[in-house]
Amino acid sequence: MTERLFEGADWDFHTLQRITDACEEVALKDLGLDVYPNQIEVITAEQMLDAYSSVGMPLFYKHWSFGKHFAYHEASYRKGLMGLAYEIVINSSPCISYLMEENTATMQTLVIAHAAFGHNHFFKNNYLFKQWTDAEGILDYLDFAKNYVMQCEERYGRIEVERTLDAAHALMSHGIDRYPGKKKLDLRAEEKRAGRRRQHEEEVFNDLWRTVPTGKSKSRSALSIERRRKLLGLPQENLIYFLEKSAPRLAPWQRELLRIVRHIAQYFYPQSQTKVMNEGTATYVHYRIMTQLHQQGRITDGNFLEFLGSHTNVVFQPEFDDPRFSGFNPYALGFAMMQDIERIVTSPSDEDREWFPDIAGKNDVMGVLRDVWANYRDESFIGQFLSPKLMRHFRMFHLHDDPEERAGIRVDAIHDERGFRRVRRELARQHDVGFIDANIEVVDVDLSGDRRLILHHRVIKGSQLNETDAKRVLQHLADLWTYDVALIEVDANDKVLREYVVSPRPIAAAVA
Amino acid sequence: MAIHIIDRRLNPGGKSLENRQRFLRRAKSLVQGAVKKTSQERDIKDVLEGGEVTIPLDGMHEPRFRREGGTRDMVLPGNKKFVEGDYLQRQGQGSAKDSGPGEGDSEDAFRFVLSRDEFVDLFLDDLELPDLAKRKIAQTESEGIQRAGYTTSGSPANISVSRTVKLALARRIALKRPRKDEVEELEAAIEACTDEDERAELIAQLEKLKAKTKRIPFIDPLDIRYRRYEKVPRPVAQAVMFCLMDVSGSMSEHMKDLAKRFYMLLYVFLKRRYKHVEIVFIRHTDRAEEVDEQTFFYGPASGGTLVSSALQAMHEIVRERFSPADWNIYAAQASDGDNSYSDGELTGLLLTEKILPVCQFFAYLEVGESGGSAFDLSDSSLWTLYERLRNSGAPLSMRKVSERSEIFPVFHDLFQRRETAQEKAAP
Repeated sequence: MTERLFEGADWDFHTLQRITDACEEVALKDLGLDVYPNQIEVITAEQMLDAYSSVGMPLFYKHWSFGKHFAYHEASYRKGLMGLAYEIVINSSPCISYLMEENTATMQTLVIAHAAFGHNHFFKNNYLFKQWTDAEGILDYLDFAKNYVMQCEERYGRIEVERTLDAAHALMSHGIDRYPGKKKLDLRAEEKRAGRRRQHEEEVFNDLWRTVPTGKSKSRSALSIERRRKLLGLPQENLIYFLEKSAPRLAPWQRELLRIVRHIAQYFYPQSQTKVMNEGTATYVHYRIMTQLHQQGRITDGNFLEFLGSHTNVVFQPEFDDPRFSGFNPYALGFAMMQDIERIVTSPSDEDREWFPDIAGKNDVMGVLRDVWANYRDESFIGQFLSPKLMRHFRMFHLHDDPEERAGIRVDAIHDERGFRRVRRELARQHDVGFIDANIEVVDVDLSGDRRLILHHRVIKGSQLNETDAKRVLQHLADLWTYDVALIEVDANDKVLREYVVSPRPIAAAVA
Repeated sequence: MAIHIIDRRLNPGGKSLENRQRFLRRAKSLVQGAVKKTSQERDIKDVLEGGEVTIPLDGMHEPRFRREGGTRDMVLPGNKKFVEGDYLQRQGQGSAKDSGPGEGDSEDAFRFVLSRDEFVDLFLDDLELPDLAKRKIAQTESEGIQRAGYTTSGSPANISVSRTVKLALARRIALKRPRKDEVEELEAAIEACTDEDERAELIAQLEKLKAKTKRIPFIDPLDIRYRRYEKVPRPVAQAVMFCLMDVSGSMSEHMKDLAKRFYMLLYVFLKRRYKHVEIVFIRHTDRAEEVDEQTFFYGPASGGTLVSSALQAMHEIVRERFSPADWNIYAAQASDGDNSYSDGELTGLLLTEKILPVCQFFAYLEVGESGGSAFDLSDSSLWTLYERLRNSGAPLSMRKVSERSEIFPVFHDLFQRRETAQEKAAP
C-alpha cells in the first residue's frame, strides 16, 4: 500500500508538495493532461477578498470601483452571507492558483486537483483561450497597466484618469472583438509599443508644427457614405476600439487607457464563453484525481468522504421551483455532461449510438474529452453533447414567455422525443454570448455635420435596453467622443423603437 | 516539472486599502449622510466603534448596457408535471420563478462596514471648536528636557555616580591596580617574617605595590561621566474645555443619559480633533466638584441644585490653572434648567462678570423629559436667564434636547464649522 499523503485535516508546506506531486502524477500519466507550470500560493481570507475585488488578478490598477466591490464582499462575508471560494486560478503561465489557508488538507487536495490541473489544462488547450489570451504575457501586462495608470495620474491628475476609466469600464462589455482578427494578441509587444510611442512623442515634440498652416482640406462632402464608413471601419461593434482609434479629441494617454481596458476585457472574454466547460472540466478532473488517489490508498476513507461532501455541494443543481434556484449551476451541468460523455464513450445505449455516432463506444474516454475541451465553447458544447439521457435526468423543459400572450407562459418543449432537440438548442443559445450581450454597433458618424456618432442596437425578441443605465453609459460614451451621441434601437425589420441622444458634459470637453 | 509553492499569507495586508480610500472619497457625501443617520439610532459607544452603513447604490452605480423585457425563452431543470403546450400562470401559484438574465443584481442599497477610524472621521468631519482666537499664542511651543545618555563633560551636579564608578572599576581591573587586601596581606607577611633578607625583599615588594597604587588612581578624571539632557519641544495645550453637568435630584435618568451622551460626544470630538485640549470635568448638585472622566460619566450623585457653585468652581480653576491670556477657554453646560430660585442672580453675575469674558464659547444644553411637552409650557429659570444674557450680546449658544436622536444634530449644530464665529440662528 502506498504511503498516505496526509492524516486528518492539518497540512504544511511539505504536505502541499506531496499532494501536488501525487495529483500531477495522476493528471499527467492517467489523464494525459497538458498543463502550464504550476505556481501555488497560500493566502488568507483578506487576501482572497482582495483578489475578488480586482477580478481575481494579483495586480491591477487602482480604481474606486474595486474598493466598492471589496467593501461589498467584505460586508457580506463578515455577516456570513457569503462563503469565499476555495480557490482562485489565473490563466497565466505559470498558472497561479490561490489556496485559502483555512482549507483542510482534503480541501487543498481537491483545490489543487481542480485548479492547478483541471482549469490549467483547459486554459492551455481550449481554442478560445489560445486565440484570445496570452498567458505568458498577462502578468507583465497587468504590471505595465498598473504603472501606466499611476503615471497618468501623476501627469494628468487623478480625476481625469478616473473619468476616462469610468467611461471605459461602462463600455467594457462592448470593448471586445468577437471574431478573430488579423493577429494574435501579444501583450509583451503591447507594453513595449506604449513605451516607444511615448518616447517618440517626446522626442519629436515641436510646438511649431501646430501653427504651420495646412493646405485646404478635401471637401468632406465629396466622400461618399460608403467610402466614409470604410475609412472609419464601420460598422464597428467594438465601441472602445472605435473610440480609441477615431474619437477626435482624446489625448494619447486616454487612448492608451482605453486600449488597456479593452485588452483586459478581451482577456476575460473566453472565460465568459466557457463557464460550463471550464468548471465541468475542472470538476471532472478533480473527481478523477481524488478517486484515483483514494483507490491508491493515499487518501483515507474519512478524507474521501469529506471530499465527497464538498464535491456534492459543488455540483448541486436545485430545481426551478426551489428557492435556491438561480439558473443552471455550471459546475453541475458541466460535470454531468463530462461524466455523461464518459458513459457514452464506454458503455453507450442504442439511443446514444444514434445521437452520438462519432464517439459512442469509442472507449478512449480521455482522448474524446481532451478533444472536446480543446475545440468547443459552451454554446457548441451543449449544442452537440447534451444527451437525451441527461435532459431526462435534469428533467429539462423550455418555457417561452411572450408578454403579448394572455394565457401565460407557454411550455414549448419538454424532455421527450419531440422536445430533445429544441430544448438542447435553446439551452445552447442561452450560453451564447452573442445572445446574452446587447448587439450594439457604431454605424455612422456625421462627419460633415455636427460629428454626431450614431449607434444602432439590434433588438432581439423585443428586449430593449434598460433606460437609466443606457443613458448613463451613453453619457460616458459622449464624454469620450466629445460630440453628441445617438443610439437608435431598431428591430429586425429596421423599425425604430426608441432613440437616445446624449450630449457630452462640458467638463469632459475641457479634457481634450 | 517544478512546482512553486509560495506562502503569501505574510505579504503586507491592506492591498486594496488604496482602492477603498478612493471609493470612500468618491462616496464621501453619501457615506457621511449614512453615518449621521446610523449614529442617531445607536448608542454613542457603539457609534464610535464604527460599523455598517448603508448608502444608496445609485450614486456609486456602474452602468452597463443591459437588456430587459421582451420575449424570453428559458430552459429550466426539474419538470414535474408539464407537457408541451401547457400554459403557466404568470406571477401566480406554481408558476416558474422569474430568473431572467440581468435582473439578479438589483440591490437598491449598498451595505458595507466602516472601520472605527473611518467612521469617526466622517462623523466629526465638519466640526470644529469655534473661535480658536488665541491659537497663535497657544501654539508657540515651550521646550522641555529629556534624558539622553551620558557625556564626558558637564556640570558637577550632573555627575552620574554609578556610571563613573563602573568605568573606574573596569579601568582598575584592566590596569591591575593592587587591591587593598593584597597590600594588607603583604604587610602581615612582613610582620611575621623573621629572615632579614626575605623581609627586605618583601618590603621592596610592598613599596612597589604602593607606588603602583599611587600611579593608578581609584577614580581617574577619565572615568567621570555626566548625565546628558536634551531639549525637546513640548507643545502647550491650546485650549481647555470645561464640562459642567448638573447631577442633582431633579435630573431624571433620561436627562442624565442625554447629558452624558452629549459629553461623550464632546469628549470624543475633542480627543480626536485637538491633541492638546485639556478637559476639565465639573459636576454639581448644590456644590460642585472637579472629577475625573470615570466619575463624571459613571459615578452616582444626587442632591439639590445650585448652578452658581459649578460656575464658581470653574472660575477658580481658571484662575489657578488656565490664564485666559494663554488659553482658549470653552465651556459646555448641561442641565435640566432647574435652579434654586435665590441662586439666579448670583449665577447671572458670575456668568457675565467672570465666566463669559474669558470664554471663547459657552454652550448651554437643556435636557428635558422624553416627549418634551414640559418645554412648551414655559421656559425654565436657567433658560430665561441665559436667554436674557444672550440677547445682551454674550457669546452663548443654547439648545434644548429631549430625545436621544436629537443629540447628534444639536451637537453638530453647536460645533459646526462656521464662516463667522458669531452665532446667529436662534434655537
